[in-house]
Amino acid sequence: MSEAFVLSPEFEPVAVDPTGDPAGVRPLAVAGPGDRGVIVKVTGVSGAAEAVAAEELERRLLEMGFVEGATIEVLHQGLFGRDPIAVRVDDTRVALRRREAGAVSVLFEGGRREAGAVSVKFDGR
Amino acid sequence: MTPDIGVAATVTDTSRKSQPLEPARVALVGNPNSGKTALFNALTGSRQKVANYAGVTVERKEGVLTAPSGRQMRVLDLPGTYSLRARSPDEAVTRDAVLGRLAGEAAPEALICVADATNLRLVLRLVLELKQVGRPFVLALNMFDIAQRQGLRIDLERLSKELGAPIVTTVATRKRGLPDLLEKVEGLVAAQKPEAESVWREPSAAEIRAAHAEAQRIFKACVKPPERPDTVTGKIDGVLLHPVAGLLILLTLLFVMFQAVFTWATPAMDGIDAGFAALVAFTNAHLPHGLLTSFIADGLIAGVGSVLVFLPQILILFFFILMLEDSGYMARAAFLMDRIMGGAGLHGRAFIPLLSSFACAIPGIMSTRVIDNREDRLTTILVAPLMTCSARIPVYTLIIGAFIPQHTVAGFLSLQGLVMFGLYASGIVSALLVSFVIRRVFWRGAVEPFMMELPTYRWPEPRNVLMNLLTRARIFMARAGRIILPLMVLVWVLSTFPYPPEGATGPAIDYSIAGRVGQFIAPLMAPIGFNWQMTVALIPGMAAREVAVAVLGTVYAVSGEDGETGALSTLLKNQWSLASALSFLAWYVFAPQCMPTLGVVKRETNSWVWPTVMFVYMVSLAYLASFVTYHVAVALGAG
Repeated sequence: MSEAFVLSPEFEPVAVDPTGDPAGVRPLAVAGPGDRGVIVKVTGVSGAAEAVAAEELERRLLEMGFVEGATIEVLHQGLFGRDPIAVRVDDTRVALRRREAGAVSVLFEGGRREAGAVSVKFDGR
Repeated sequence: MTPDIGVAATVTDTSRKSQPLEPARVALVGNPNSGKTALFNALTGSRQKVANYAGVTVERKEGVLTAPSGRQMRVLDLPGTYSLRARSPDEAVTRDAVLGRLAGEAAPEALICVADATNLRLVLRLVLELKQVGRPFVLALNMFDIAQRQGLRIDLERLSKELGAPIVTTVATRKRGLPDLLEKVEGLVAAQKPEAESVWREPSAAEIRAAHAEAQRIFKACVKPPERPDTVTGKIDGVLLHPVAGLLILLTLLFVMFQAVFTWATPAMDGIDAGFAALVAFTNAHLPHGLLTSFIADGLIAGVGSVLVFLPQILILFFFILMLEDSGYMARAAFLMDRIMGGAGLHGRAFIPLLSSFACAIPGIMSTRVIDNREDRLTTILVAPLMTCSARIPVYTLIIGAFIPQHTVAGFLSLQGLVMFGLYASGIVSALLVSFVIRRVFWRGAVEPFMMELPTYRWPEPRNVLMNLLTRARIFMARAGRIILPLMVLVWVLSTFPYPPEGATGPAIDYSIAGRVGQFIAPLMAPIGFNWQMTVALIPGMAAREVAVAVLGTVYAVSGEDGETGALSTLLKNQWSLASALSFLAWYVFAPQCMPTLGVVKRETNSWVWPTVMFVYMVSLAYLASFVTYHVAVALGAG
């Protein structure tokens, strides 16, 4: 696992992200419940040692609906190491580990919502 | 190629127009959780056949049905997938079947693509892939009642035009829309359009993106968002996926399940046990004494009985698993357990196989098929027999009953219960340690991604659960029976031949091959505190763990059907030291005293390597554990 994504116990999702991107684009790996935004980039490079090639990870993410432009909201996280996370991608709920979530960059909205709240918003349809 | 399908294919080619028509070949494809199996059950009812695809351990489910027009159809239920780009052996079967490349299978004449009407986004991309294959298909929008209840509006006409395929709305659990579906399928088969050349190839990431964009365009054009979207799933998840409450609920659920497996099954198991014991006694009483009678009674009947006795537990276990799967909770359980299992180097999906192994390692090992990654799957298979299966219980009960006093500890805990708990805990802890060692020392490969859809919660449909339960039970009986029966016969041969010489005084088993092997290796077992009787019991005990109890009865020549365990336990108490007894328990936690399990591992891995590895590591662990237990106990004065 790359140093950037090691989550210390005192890790706080709203804190400034390690890459310091001013535009609010952060990897999904560092998001917490209630964080929502739009996927801006999906690569196969998660920053961790993966059992599958980058191209393969990218295709798997795409097939599960992690595609540029999809809305995303973090719904839940596990107890230990706050891993894995459950997210809503458009209207599909998906569970994944934070390490793989490192391959998804998200433009997060400013505000945060209560964890576990249900979103009924559908993007521009 | 199976003979019947082969004939069907050739006849169809030559006499297509003549009556009666050969059954049409149809295959079901779709995303996981789309209700595909429910639709398959609704279409084919009880006329299903479950087998394996040639050469791979993927389940092949086929059913026969008669369309309203009288046309026969063979329907194949293909493993669920998000893409034709296969990642697991299961998905490879789906891809090859759809492409008509599957060895031993005739290509389907038409496909039914099953989609959850309330969750179309991902399946549309799969539909676009199917379109490239060029095989005629119908899109079945399943669970359409839920879509209607949510006020989801789908422009069926436009969607059908965009996809170039007929669309049918179905509610599999209520059998709605099925005649319409079959009519459309028949139409496709009858049209016999010259099959378009397949232009499908494994898509690159860029092509998947393009297909996604196209699917998104179609989705936006044809589907109006629901007026009353499902909010229940989110609310339930708020509780069930809560980091702390969710885990507590899962543990409670497991506890209830565990209790049910052991308490609900007991009357049925006792009944089966008594029934077979009576049958053996009856056979012995009414057939002339001799080899044939002994073979029928002790080899065949006892063998069948030893398989059947676990059926009640396995049915209850499967019932819970099916309920959890159909309700959508199973994916949540994997989510909650992933990190805990991951710490030991196991995949989140290894959870169910390991849970099943508490009843019996055989269904547990069979269910490792859900794990995509080979190393993950092999690790799970290797540690599954360390979970305390129910066949160990008779052995544990006998020894604990004989040697552990009925003290109460700390006011309310029974010492016997504590020892039992300790044995279970050692099994679990050692399984986690072994998998940790395997994944950190032997296979230091990187970790397989964990990504799974969390489906919408649904009430399990009783009929569907029942049908799947019967299918599971049939599979277990067929597979286990095929492996266990011959082994039971083998063990009978080993413990029967050669006969004791004239005027022999000891029990007959002492003179058999099993007895001799036992006495031969007895010196090897002396350092762990086993006497030769214990060692002899281990040999037939290879057939199934609980057989050792019966063999101990035989070698100590305990007679009488009733109170056998009571008499035996008193006898053992006088013959064995406490240290030997504890060492025997430790042996049973680890030893691969179950040839059927090794047989299933051979079958599931298609190689003798893994059963050998399993046998060697488990025997070594058992010897080590018994050695330590024995010597510590002796040092503490229990020798």
